[in-house]
Amino acid sequence: MSDIIEKVIEQDYKYGFVTDIEQDTLPPGLNEDVIRTISRIKNEPEFMLEWRLKSYRQWLTMEEPTWAKVRYPEIDYQAISYYSAPKKKELNSLDEVDPDLLDTYNKLGIPLEEQKMLSGVAVDAVFDSVSVATTFKSELEKHGVIFCPFSEAVQNHPELIQKYLGSVVPHSDNYFSALNSAVFTDGSFVYIPKGVRCPMELSTYFRINAAKTGQFERTLIVADEGSYVSYLEGCTAPMRDENQLHAAVVELVAHKDASIKYSTVQNWYPGDPKTGKGGIYNFVTKRGTCLEENAKISWTQVETGSAITWKYPSCILKGDNSVGEFYSVALTNNFQQADTGTKMIHLGKNTKSTIISKGISAGKGQQTYRGGVQIMKNAEKARNYSQCDSMLIGEQCGAHTFPYIDVRNSSAQMEHEASTSSIGEDQIYYCNQRGISTEDAVSLIVNGFCKEVFKELPMEFAVEAQKLMEVSLEGAVG
Amino acid sequence: MLVIKNLHVSINNKKILKGINLTINAGELHAIMGRNGSGKSTLAHVIAGKDGYEIEGDVLFNGESLLDKSPEERALAGIFMSFQYPVVIPGVNNTYFLKAALNAKLKANGQSELDAMDFLALIKEKIKLVEMDESYLNRAVNDGFSGGEKKRNEILQLLTLEPTFAILDETDSGLDIDALKIIANGVNQYRNSERGILAITHYQRLLDHMKPDIVHAMIDGKIVKTGDMSLAKELEEKGYSFLLYTN
Repeated sequence: MSDIIEKVIEQDYKYGFVTDIEQDTLPPGLNEDVIRTISRIKNEPEFMLEWRLKSYRQWLTMEEPTWAKVRYPEIDYQAISYYSAPKKKELNSLDEVDPDLLDTYNKLGIPLEEQKMLSGVAVDAVFDSVSVATTFKSELEKHGVIFCPFSEAVQNHPELIQKYLGSVVPHSDNYFSALNSAVFTDGSFVYIPKGVRCPMELSTYFRINAAKTGQFERTLIVADEGSYVSYLEGCTAPMRDENQLHAAVVELVAHKDASIKYSTVQNWYPGDPKTGKGGIYNFVTKRGTCLEENAKISWTQVETGSAITWKYPSCILKGDNSVGEFYSVALTNNFQQADTGTKMIHLGKNTKSTIISKGISAGKGQQTYRGGVQIMKNAEKARNYSQCDSMLIGEQCGAHTFPYIDVRNSSAQMEHEASTSSIGEDQIYYCNQRGISTEDAVSLIVNGFCKEVFKELPMEFAVEAQKLMEVSLEGAVG
Repeated sequence: MLVIKNLHVSINNKKILKGINLTINAGELHAIMGRNGSGKSTLAHVIAGKDGYEIEGDVLFNGESLLDKSPEERALAGIFMSFQYPVVIPGVNNTYFLKAALNAKLKANGQSELDAMDFLALIKEKIKLVEMDESYLNRAVNDGFSGGEKKRNEILQLLTLEPTFAILDETDSGLDIDALKIIANGVNQYRNSERGILAITHYQRLLDHMKPDIVHAMIDGKIVKTGDMSLAKELEEKGYSFLLYTN
């Protein structure tokens, strides 16, 4: 077993490369002028600038949270550059996209052209802070679906932005979301009109590619009455020596009878395998509101990257009979640290939530599940089922579980299950004796452990997730 | 087929096996009988390649030494062990596990791997031989199986993987008489002139249904007597202690 761990530790980050594209970059530092500059570059309406400044002033009064079970050196927010954009802009088709960029996607195995032709997935490619390619737009327009870069939505649909921006994650919500609200440069916006089932799965690939440039993405998805959308987010990042801060905010709004499925596969650079140096800090605020009755929001995440993960995709179940789900697989290896989980806030009657969390720790990885379930006073007959399972590979890693349960209505039904297991030598030996190599055995056991979550992913993502787990445990042969 | 030469095995400097010599030819079923702690299971694991033993002597399979080979190399060479305590693997589908094992073998032999449909057709035939319900195929490997179900699952694997040499490590322990017959039937289906079997057991009752060619009695890490089925009967009647005085 110690051999397995060593091999896992030795594994290089497969997607570590840098694309050489010229960037427009603001000098490092943060003040109101920087925010005004960002807003001016983006040609934003007045309400956006005001909102940014309000967020910034709020942020100045806040302190970085320290309650998470993660350790990292102090971040110098004045050393970060808050705007970076590829020089070439306003592209109409893939032909105009920088060949280097297309090559980057090819290296990642996600060529836009192939996706466009074969898989029927519309891709809003976010490369650093400005979106440079959008596909399948006309097909979506036919159904009245809006899927565009956030900055474009600010120009073309300001009334929707003004109505929904900050309606789920207020500008004052937390330290990182306040910072995001002040300086975010782009992201994605989705609006599904009444009664429309979005004809394709929507997908965005994020990629961090400029040194010392914090990434502050903003995603807003609104599903109007009776609509449905499945949104996929996946990301990889090139190898870097310096820590890169990523503080994204994702807001989901589901109206009456609407359903939003949000899936993430995250594989950012986790840091040097031997020292832990240089990985991404992923401090993300993700939250959805089931605003009216029978709404449903489902989060599925597969987290294998980042040096530090601080992430709690949550649901506010306001509408009666609304449903919140959280399915998560998180892998921490080498020096990775993750403090992740969810929060389910039951406000409406007959609201229901399900939490399935699978944590895998290997190497010196430290992982914490932090989950909150709140049943508020008026949430008659609310139900929650939580299951959090941890798997340990090796003897130097750790798994920690902090479930918080707050019930204020006696008709609530709560179930909580938790387990901790390890990949035993006896299991490996048993597989070996049947002719299955140690590497395949580890992947078999890990995939078996994660199965309940993987089956919630859209098909192509499930395959990618399984591949990612295999890559993360590659070289595991003793 | 399998030749064991002057095998001495220790764990943490404690001697378990003290000079085992044994030759099993293709087509033969050998039984090793002995009390708890006599070293029978250690012998099985040493052949299968479990880690953690200090070994002297040699174990040859079809003329090649096994001792430098990993457990999976031995498995792919044709050695199978039915575990005394089959291991539970939560979350891993029984069918998927067996398919992975069979395809690993086919791949190693340069044969084409079976797809899910073909494998399912095969496994549905095999599971009838051990009289298990098909629902076991969709459960996690040995998870929540009773003792008898686990042992039948081992024999199902034996019949599916069709190794050339099978070690049955106390496959009869914990079985009722019906299950015992099913297991013995399964083993008899497996048995042919090209395959060798080493059955390890405390009791004669499994052997009644399997009819071994040769029976060995093992005491304190040594084979003290070798004979035919009548030896098994004698051991059952008189207990192992009689051997201590007759040798």
